[in-house]
Amino acid sequence: MNMKFPTLFSRASKIERKIDQFFDKVVMAGLLFRQAMKLYILHGVCAEFEDKMAQVEALESESDQLRREIETELYVHTLIPDLRADVMSLLEDVDVLINLFEAGLFKFHIERPKFPQETIPELDRLLETVCECVEQLIQAARSFFRNMEAVRDYNCKVQLLESEADKLSTALLRHIFDSELDLAHKIHLRYFVERIDKLANTAEDISDRLSIYAIKRRI
Amino acid sequence: MDLSFLFFISSGLFLGWSLGANDAANIFGTAVGSRMLRFSTAALICSVFVVLGAVIDGAGAARALGSLGGINQIAGAFATALAAALSVFILVRMGLTASTTQAIVGAIVGWNLFTGAVTDTQTLMKILITWVACPLLAGVFAVLIFKSVEGGLHWLRPHLLSLDSFTRVALIVTGAFGAYTLGANNIANVMGVFMAVSPFEDLDFANFRFSSTQQLFLLGSLAIAVGVYTYSKRVMLTVGSKLMEVSPVSAWIIVVSHSLVLFLFASQGLEQQLIALGLPSIPLVPVSSTQAIIGAVVGIGLLKGGHAVNWRLVGRIGCGWLFTPVAAALICMLSLFVLQNLLHLSVAREQRYLISEASMERLEAQGFDTAPLQVLIDIEYSSARQLVTSAQRYLPLSNEHQQQLINSTYHGRFFLNAHKIGNLDRTWLSDEQWQALNALAGQSFAYRWQLQEALADHTKAWGLKPDIPANKYFNQDLQQKLSYLYRLFELEIPQKNRPGRY
Repeated sequence: MNMKFPTLFSRASKIERKIDQFFDKVVMAGLLFRQAMKLYILHGVCAEFEDKMAQVEALESESDQLRREIETELYVHTLIPDLRADVMSLLEDVDVLINLFEAGLFKFHIERPKFPQETIPELDRLLETVCECVEQLIQAARSFFRNMEAVRDYNCKVQLLESEADKLSTALLRHIFDSELDLAHKIHLRYFVERIDKLANTAEDISDRLSIYAIKRRI
Repeated sequence: MDLSFLFFISSGLFLGWSLGANDAANIFGTAVGSRMLRFSTAALICSVFVVLGAVIDGAGAARALGSLGGINQIAGAFATALAAALSVFILVRMGLTASTTQAIVGAIVGWNLFTGAVTDTQTLMKILITWVACPLLAGVFAVLIFKSVEGGLHWLRPHLLSLDSFTRVALIVTGAFGAYTLGANNIANVMGVFMAVSPFEDLDFANFRFSSTQQLFLLGSLAIAVGVYTYSKRVMLTVGSKLMEVSPVSAWIIVVSHSLVLFLFASQGLEQQLIALGLPSIPLVPVSSTQAIIGAVVGIGLLKGGHAVNWRLVGRIGCGWLFTPVAAALICMLSLFVLQNLLHLSVAREQRYLISEASMERLEAQGFDTAPLQVLIDIEYSSARQLVTSAQRYLPLSNEHQQQLINSTYHGRFFLNAHKIGNLDRTWLSDEQWQALNALAGQSFAYRWQLQEALADHTKAWGLKPDIPANKYFNQDLQQKLSYLYRLFELEIPQKNRPGRY
């Protein structure tokens, strides 16, 4: 026989801990991204920015490792047989967010885009909204495991914040393209605005799938 | 080992095998179907607990000889078990879930029809009603438990993985318990009738006795285990996933509702309590675990809107339920015919029904109008049906009157052998009952009721109490003991000593 009761329960709580740690890392990566972007706006690429970026990079590889461990445990011990495919997709989707944070910071570090001063408040609001959107998504994902009813509430917030982010990014792009900057510069900035907005779009896509997983999770 | 024993027991083992292939699937079907347990794990747990249940707890149920108790010749038992097993096998072969209970009831009715015994229509009706009530009740239980579990989970909010572990353990525990009860309750049907011809002898180890009955039951339960391993997977998948995709928690709810229904229809303790409270009691009749399981699955399916249920399959299973008892009855009659006429084996013990002055007096005492039956005095009948048909020419008889007539006129020779009395289980009888039996040792009686009256004259402990709900359990228990004594002390009367018959 492939199981002993105490092992079964300790295994479950071990994986529960790992799932929580995985989400913690995504939240921390989001906060570091936000701090790094604030530093970038104020000082451009500085030592502190690079420090934050290195932290996000470390978090990304740790979260990858955790995700693989969780997936292996779920499959090797045939846990949650009806939902493990959904849980796996959810973890992989959320992992994309942390990749986006890391890649975003790398792009800023390499290409160092220069946002005109008058667009800074809008850029700041966009960043704030996008990070908030990702945080709400993580809350929804956590709730999927413990408190299913809350998934719906968090998903509503994610959708609201995503459309807010869309509006803000459109306004910001309009502002950029209405300015006197040369076209190459405008296109360069557009790439970064779209990259930031992509975080909110990805969060919304995940929240859509999460709603379906939550329906399937009903007993 | 006697060859005829091997031949006869083969049908019992076949019935055991089909029970394993079919009923084990009821207990673990949803767990395996929802992929919470691997088939190998489920089969192992099931087999171990079926064997334990049969060996440890099976003997109690076997004393009452289970549903096949009425069948009094080994060849008859062979045919009945074979018919039940074959009809279950046909359905299992089709991947459907059959009802072993229905198959056995059908086969007994077939035996009754063939041998001229009268089927107790009242009991049969009770059983038929439970065939509708059982799935309905299981469905209602499933819905109620589902709602409470849903509420409980909303309140407790366990982590998905903790819930998974709890459900897994719950499925294993309830499954093991179900397998244990399956072994304890059904082994009597599988092996009970073969106890008389068992070649096994009691084995004694240090402080432990392994009785011949237990050895026989071990053999039967091993047949059940073989059934579980070799053939139950398909039926498990039918119950657990083809009928409806069930979630792990629902899988557990379904098994629990099924067990509750079986418990309701089998618990003497519960019946006693209901009677003590002055409430109407639930008839204690064999109910089908298959019907309970399907009822519970459909109940949950309907609660979720009914779209997920494979109604086509439900229909096929329902048709299978109608088919099972009919097929079992027909197969039973056919095999009895073959055994009796081609192999010249006796399939039912010779029976005599004789209306004597004494039995007339007894019938009168029971409020029977005996005057029209005076013409039948001293005519002997070789089957209950002939007796009833003949009596009905003069007096229309209700089902209850038919049973009274049969019981009062069954004529045999009941000799209270002191050696047999000495071998009785002392703990099963009270001191007064035991003393009364010893006082009568060496006497013989022509009618069962004469034996019972003689015992009752010695002590009230052998007397039936007035038929009111509060006495039901006492009377039932006493009847069970008396039937056992009748079987034990009855002597076969050689054919040549018989007077001329009807």
